[in-house]
Amino acid sequence: MGTVFKKSVPGREGVWPEKPATKVEYYIPSELLRKGSGMPSLSELDVVRHFTKLSMKNFGVDSNFYPLGSCTMKYNPKFTEQVAALPGFARLHPAISQLKGAGHLCQGALEVIFETERLLSELCGMADFTMHPMAGAHGELTGVMLIAAYHRDKGNKKTKIICPDSAHGTNPASATIAGYEVVSVESHDGIITPEALAEVLDDEVAAVMMTCPNTLGLFEKHLPEIVKMIHDKDALLYYDGANMNAVMGKMRVGDAGFDVVHLNLHKTLATPHGGGGPGSGPVGVCEKLTPFLPISRVKKLEDGQYYLSYDAPKSIGYVAPFYGNFGVYLKAYAYMLRLGREGLIRATENAVLNANYMRKRLEKYFEIPYNRICMHEFVLSAVNQAKNGVRALDVAKALLDKGHHAPTIYFPLIVKECMMIEPTETESKETLDLFINDLIEIAKLSNQNPDFIKNAPVTLPVSRLDETKAARDMVITDDIK
Amino acid sequence: MPYVPHSPEQIREMLEVIGVNSVDDLFAEIPAELRPKSFNLPKGNSEMAVLQKMEQLAARNTTDLTSFLGAGFYDHFIPTAVDALVSRSEFYTAYTPYQPEASQGTLQAIFEYQTAMARLMDLDYANASVYDGGTALYEATLMAVRKTKRRKIIVSEALNPIYRVMLDSYTTNLNLELVTVPHNHGRTNIKSFTAAIDNDTAAVIVQNPNFFGSVNDFTNLFATAHEHKAIAIMSTYPVLQAVLKTPGEMGADIAVAEGQSVGQPLSFGGPYLGIMTCTKELIRQMPGRIAGRTEDSEGRTGYVLTLQAREQHIRRHKATSNICSNQALCALRTLIHLCLLGEEGLHRTALLSIERAHYASERLTAIPGVELFTKGPFGNEFAITLPVNAFEVIDKLTKRGIIPGFPLGRYYEGLENELLVACTEKTTEEQIGIFAEILRGEL
Repeated sequence: MGTVFKKSVPGREGVWPEKPATKVEYYIPSELLRKGSGMPSLSELDVVRHFTKLSMKNFGVDSNFYPLGSCTMKYNPKFTEQVAALPGFARLHPAISQLKGAGHLCQGALEVIFETERLLSELCGMADFTMHPMAGAHGELTGVMLIAAYHRDKGNKKTKIICPDSAHGTNPASATIAGYEVVSVESHDGIITPEALAEVLDDEVAAVMMTCPNTLGLFEKHLPEIVKMIHDKDALLYYDGANMNAVMGKMRVGDAGFDVVHLNLHKTLATPHGGGGPGSGPVGVCEKLTPFLPISRVKKLEDGQYYLSYDAPKSIGYVAPFYGNFGVYLKAYAYMLRLGREGLIRATENAVLNANYMRKRLEKYFEIPYNRICMHEFVLSAVNQAKNGVRALDVAKALLDKGHHAPTIYFPLIVKECMMIEPTETESKETLDLFINDLIEIAKLSNQNPDFIKNAPVTLPVSRLDETKAARDMVITDDIK
Repeated sequence: MPYVPHSPEQIREMLEVIGVNSVDDLFAEIPAELRPKSFNLPKGNSEMAVLQKMEQLAARNTTDLTSFLGAGFYDHFIPTAVDALVSRSEFYTAYTPYQPEASQGTLQAIFEYQTAMARLMDLDYANASVYDGGTALYEATLMAVRKTKRRKIIVSEALNPIYRVMLDSYTTNLNLELVTVPHNHGRTNIKSFTAAIDNDTAAVIVQNPNFFGSVNDFTNLFATAHEHKAIAIMSTYPVLQAVLKTPGEMGADIAVAEGQSVGQPLSFGGPYLGIMTCTKELIRQMPGRIAGRTEDSEGRTGYVLTLQAREQHIRRHKATSNICSNQALCALRTLIHLCLLGEEGLHRTALLSIERAHYASERLTAIPGVELFTKGPFGNEFAITLPVNAFEVIDKLTKRGIIPGFPLGRYYEGLENELLVACTEKTTEEQIGIFAEILRGEL
């Protein structure tokens, strides 16, 4: 399908505003002007057909099961879209709250921020939350900046951050970008042991970044001991909230001893991820880190009025232009109000139930490196299939042919031929059974007719794509220069 | 229970397959000492009740005032078809395109977005977007630091102060030297800026039009930067890029922008998108997602995420950035918006906005005691000097139904009487007339 630029017909009328009365040269000297911006000229129907056809080449949660491990692709309720589109929210200029006497013009929005922070604080057992971070990885960076500010304020000289080998790649990247040296700790039988941690934990360590349950879907059962070891070194414990969907109401990270946490709202609290964003990555902190939170903060006066406070001398400053991705967490707020306490607990319980059901039904057909009760996701390995030349990648493509999105593959890096499956709580038993049966059929076919699997996908708009060619030829715009 | 489909009978069947007695047994590994001390969240509500509550909250925000507030974030008209198209759930409910064969829609859209951004900025390449304009600027700065292995960054004070404070926050732990060159009546002081560039300089950062609305040519400034092997970074306003001399023509190495004004509602600060474009030489320093064109096994054209060796999921602590996604849906909105307007529509949007701003400046400066602060050519935004404190004027005019602009004293000491006024193609001459009359009456 040709690009939208190839469909351009010069002179064709799009959605044009009225004709200006003058020429631009009237206001700006011609040496400061350009000629032609290179945008396409299309009719509205041209544009509507082009993008409608593009959309039909995509899998989304509304059309396909998306068991993408560590990504928590649950159903996104439709009513929250209507909430975000309300003109009282969508048309509100962010700078309005910074004008004198205009705070009363955005009390509703300030209340949303204040209340969302309170709900998330209770969800996680933290003293405070900031809604500023604009994505999960941005939350990580903010969290590490908070950790750095804390140590700087105490006069601590700390240069390292520990990340387990099973950590999301963003953890070490965030720690590095905030100025730290990254040290890895190996997991044993899928989890971190106090012994392994002791080998790398010294006085230079500013923090340990953990995911619990971890990326293998396993609960870190030595957590109480690990927390004590870390705090004894005056290091802080960071919780990567990517897997929060596994523990709502079962464990609160603050109560468990974590000092900083980020959440991925598109995962845990069901805001659509739009093909890669926007997200929202609020960060929660224990009391001793509150003074360092980003500027500004929403506070409430005794008379019930909300205002923005910029009085935070120890703050790490501004991490976002305003108050984060307001339009995204507005949806998460509405989602929390809808589900409530029992609904959130039930979400976690069913996510874990679904993952264990799938694990159990698949154990005869695939190697399961850590085959015990898992949390909301679990890891399969295609090592047995690989003996016939069928790799995890091939299994993934065969699943696409069956109309399912593939699991996360080759992550975590510590499992060979890894496939990480996360069904989420919103999928029915019928959907799980269909996927399981299709996966079993693929496992059987891997023995009988491995070439068939290796040629997948055959039912999609394109077959297997050449990623090496893309990197070598590097055509990343429609213009050959 | 909302959005959870199992019947009690199905749950029993599933527990039996797992080999446990109850759902609680699945959480046995969480020791008692790690269990929540409280979980005092409110009870759930019906969809209708939540919608009603959210409508009440929305109604407590006033959006029916006539607003001249801009400061880098503008209320442009968004064609209806933008919302209709991005609402297609195949776009809306998809994830990062890890399986390209199942995500050709998202990937081709990213490729087209990259093309549109590269053309708009007149540079070779674009990435698939980052969080916002401020993040884009900070990431561009880090690109320059990596490329030059130097640590001095020279910033114009006429750069959006929001981005300057973000840059401060992000570089606190990185041992970089930020040098700010003071503005001169709202214009970048080219002479003192040029004098500050030396062989330790990693990057020069300027904005066009700048925060005061002033339109500039940085060609000579960038040439000096290049003589010293420094990287030239320019922050821009994408709508006016339809008519202004391009970053490419001026010799910028990296151009960044806040994409809000092209297709995103203001939405109290987000979600927006950060546009990033650069020259060929810098592409491997560019953070974030990039879509590339390739072929499938039968020779058909297709798209994949490419140059991933720079990224955190491959390089972990050696990655160019920790950013692991893009603002895909926002970028799609921007692309569709630009396609609907087209070459002519975008030009008209820019010119109408400029026309209205100049009409407003004439009407406002006709009021005794009000003077134009921004010197030289300006686009759709300009600053005026009032005979009294701008905050007080805002307070008074807001009560009369007008938000007159942004007070420069908020960020610039000594500019307490200055007011930044923005117009777009949505601003009418009638609204400008009412604004001018009310201001005249209040002064």
